[in-house]
Amino acid sequence: MVRVLVERLVGLVLTLLVGSFLIYGAMYLAPGTPAAVVAGGHATSSELQSIRHQLHLNEPFFVRYWDWLDGVLHGNLGRSFVYREPVTLLLSGRVMNTVFLVVFAALLIITGGVVLGLLAALRRRLGIVITAGMSVGLAVPSFVAAIVLISVFAVDLKWFPAASTGTGFFGQLHHMTLPAIALALSWLAFTGQLTKAAVREELAKDQVETAQSRGIKPRHVVTRHVLRNALIPITTVSGITVAGLIAGDVVVEQAFGINGLGSFLVQAVEQKDFASVQAVALILVTAFVVVNGIVDVGNRFLDPRLREPVV
Amino acid sequence: MATAAAAKEQLFPSARRRRNLDPVILAAGAFIGVLVLVAILAPWIAPYNPNAATILAANQGVSAAHWLGTDPTGRDLLSRLIWGARLSLLGPALIVLIATALGTVLAIASAWIGGLFDQLVSRVMDLLFAFPGLVLAMIAVAMFGKGLVAPVVALSIAYTPYITRVLRSAASRERSLPYVAACYVGGVSARSICSRHLLPNVFPLLLTQSTISFGSALVTLAAVSYLGLGIQPPTATWGFMVSTGQSSILAGHPAESLEAGILIVVTVVAFNLLGDRLAGRRSLQAL
Repeated sequence: MVRVLVERLVGLVLTLLVGSFLIYGAMYLAPGTPAAVVAGGHATSSELQSIRHQLHLNEPFFVRYWDWLDGVLHGNLGRSFVYREPVTLLLSGRVMNTVFLVVFAALLIITGGVVLGLLAALRRRLGIVITAGMSVGLAVPSFVAAIVLISVFAVDLKWFPAASTGTGFFGQLHHMTLPAIALALSWLAFTGQLTKAAVREELAKDQVETAQSRGIKPRHVVTRHVLRNALIPITTVSGITVAGLIAGDVVVEQAFGINGLGSFLVQAVEQKDFASVQAVALILVTAFVVVNGIVDVGNRFLDPRLREPVV
Repeated sequence: MATAAAAKEQLFPSARRRRNLDPVILAAGAFIGVLVLVAILAPWIAPYNPNAATILAANQGVSAAHWLGTDPTGRDLLSRLIWGARLSLLGPALIVLIATALGTVLAIASAWIGGLFDQLVSRVMDLLFAFPGLVLAMIAVAMFGKGLVAPVVALSIAYTPYITRVLRSAASRERSLPYVAACYVGGVSARSICSRHLLPNVFPLLLTQSTISFGSALVTLAAVSYLGLGIQPPTATWGFMVSTGQSSILAGHPAESLEAGILIVVTVVAFNLLGDRLAGRRSLQAL
């Protein structure tokens, strides 16, 4: 178990290192220099030269990458040339909004997906309705879900606000409900379908019949024998779900005007604010890799069969 | 194991077996066929110029003159959706073509060469999995600017691992079968074993995987357009129409966003159904 953990950790660090290199390298190779962005349209070549010197743009690539990485590891994500402020400062007010939204959506996906999947597998009539609903839900992109939700619940019914972020925990909850549903919808349907398939597969196994014939309550058969095994395939694919949530977060924040990392990334891309793009891309990729690592290790705890590598 | 001819028969049944064709495949295929035709014939079938603004006809509902209504500048929504079909379908088609070509070559080469090359390819694919497609597309836009090219290239790279991973395991299973060794011993060149035996035998899987990827690529590219980072106005794409229509929703005119959104959803459902059914047929064949 320890060996597996160490292997995973090394792999994770290596992935992040190469990932950060690619992100930094991409911005380095991009046409149009940051010096021109800083100086504006009418800089003379000597002005450009002095700016290049100030920003250390004349240093070799690896020196600059190392400086950047060193800064990142010390919590300094570079300086935005557009806002003329440290990126860390720009992000600090926005991170919590994104975390709130993604965690809210993840909770909806886990609870909603498993409950709907169980119902779809165990109840005959209701199951058909839920299965049909999930097939449609699976194909609804977050931005389409967002405009439908805004149109129905914010404009027509006026139950929820259409944009902006609230104050306090409950204000935040109220403002984030529609965005979280928009973000969660297709992944909720995905998880629901997986749960349904996994539960069906487990139900057909001999051990379930044995448990039933031993007179164990149906409720306990489902929770202790079926669901525990059925959860394994569900957690295994949650890596894809996390990737989907991270990408979807960008779109949903933009759709609802939430001031978070995603909408900041869109602005940074529009303004060619390279330092900010690098920082947010690195944060998103890191979040994805780390969460995936945790899911992988968590799976091994859930399923003892995975604990030792199969030789 | 079925031969290539049998696999082909499975996917494209000849006339006498066409009676048994799955209605879902037929419906989804027909819908996609009509969409492609509409996209190609846009200049002839669109009732209006998609970019001609007529302020007097702004925000109209459904009428005989404008079947799907108009946007806030009076442009005919049906015409914009018809013209929008072109780039909304061309983009994902390019992405899937490039990703499938790259993925197939990498998968078959990995299965054939094995060893260090195989491991290297797997590592690079694992690394690419760490970049969600949309994030990769946004980095590309930051580098090379808005438009069709940067997101399409980035997403082609992002979708390559999904094709490679599935095809590689199928190709290496195929490669371990005795007939491949027999061919090799018989003096058949590596290139022709790969192109005449491995490729045709993984082809059904390739078709399934790229069909499923198409729906996902369409959504991701539409998301890029929705964020305003794709094709720039006034050219219509479905994703961008969802976002431009959003300001009218608050004024009580949700037509533009909803119509473009519904079209995206229905198209994705068609591709997903087609992919699922093809996958079902393939697993039947494996039995």
